[in-house]
Amino acid sequence: MIELIIPAIISCITAFFIVFFMTPPLIKFLEKRNFAVKDMNKKEDVMVVRPGGPALIAGIIVSELVLYAFLQLNEILVIIITTSAAFVIGYVDDRKVMGGWFKPVTLAVAAIPIIAFGTYDTGLSFPLFGMVQIPVLYIALIFFMIPITGNTINSIDVLNGVASGFMVIASFSLSICLFIVQNYEIAIVSLPLGFVSLAFYKYHKIPSKIFPGDSGALTLGAMYGAIAIVGGVEIIAAVALLPAVINSFLFLSSVKKIVEHRQVKGTPVDHTDDFRLRATNDKSAPVTLVRLILAGGPLSEKQVGFAIFKLAIFSGILAIITAFMMGVTF
Amino acid sequence: MKFGLFGFLFAMWILILLGGGIMVTILGPFTIQQFGEFNWMIASGVKVIIALVLVIAWILILLKLKNQIFRKELKF
Repeated sequence: MIELIIPAIISCITAFFIVFFMTPPLIKFLEKRNFAVKDMNKKEDVMVVRPGGPALIAGIIVSELVLYAFLQLNEILVIIITTSAAFVIGYVDDRKVMGGWFKPVTLAVAAIPIIAFGTYDTGLSFPLFGMVQIPVLYIALIFFMIPITGNTINSIDVLNGVASGFMVIASFSLSICLFIVQNYEIAIVSLPLGFVSLAFYKYHKIPSKIFPGDSGALTLGAMYGAIAIVGGVEIIAAVALLPAVINSFLFLSSVKKIVEHRQVKGTPVDHTDDFRLRATNDKSAPVTLVRLILAGGPLSEKQVGFAIFKLAIFSGILAIITAFMMGVTF
Repeated sequence: MKFGLFGFLFAMWILILLGGGIMVTILGPFTIQQFGEFNWMIASGVKVIIALVLVIAWILILLKLKNQIFRKELKF
């Protein structure tokens, strides 16, 4: 445990400062190339550049390579490969509009390194009841898990700062849980995810200077999923991610098919005269987490973001309770 | 509204715990022994079917819960 402290500190500092110092020049570069989109929730015509994925993936790769130099775990290589593949998939989607099938299918392919390196355990651990061995089912679970975590983070990236802020809370909760279940090495490996998200949040928080784009959101989500699998904490990870899971669940249960957000008809949320967000009564629009939060009345973008963070903290606490319950069996 | 969402989150968590209990107690000890070398394959197939049924049941219960919890707010 003690020997892990120095690699942990170096990798966390590396992860944070690479994103912190790389994002401003990336913003200037994207501005010059006019890679900007309108911020739909601002009264004025505010253009925000994207994607921030290149800064995030640089921070993740370098910090994980630092850890690999110390620990030489195959799990680290798998996380780097899967996360990089998710970044490329997201980057393609940032540059060219792809169909609704593109991300789920290609993200499933990105999960192959986890199986190829054998960095998983076919047992699924549940709190209170123990472990169940599901060798065949678990392989299918791996192919589902990376697309699910990638797309849930992508689907929650709807307001300034929400995706990165949410990932800060969820990933640090997951790291704490990994320490609680005494999986110290993977806990250390998971820390850079929280630190890159934290550094990116500085530029992504309201008013955003940069959006993560699909490349950023899929990078964060896929890394989260890969950590959950190699760390054997799939259920805990799902609990920490519950607000984003609810968002995807509500969306899919109302739309009833896998589609891109831009293909959806109807407007779930519009604006009041003072440009606060307001839930519409449009029956053709999907039900989303933001729409449910706004069902009680209009709120500012910042207030909705904080409401989502409160939900993330609540599910992070549930995840930590779940981790403590892992050691208890009937 | 916010308490409704916290309640929904808590309900999802309880359902995950209960689903885990069912998985461990039913799927864990489940074995088939009449088919020789195909035992593990058939047992896995049955486990997959049971798991899918559980997931579908989980989704249906959540949909019911969503409608119950957000009945007043959901005008859309």
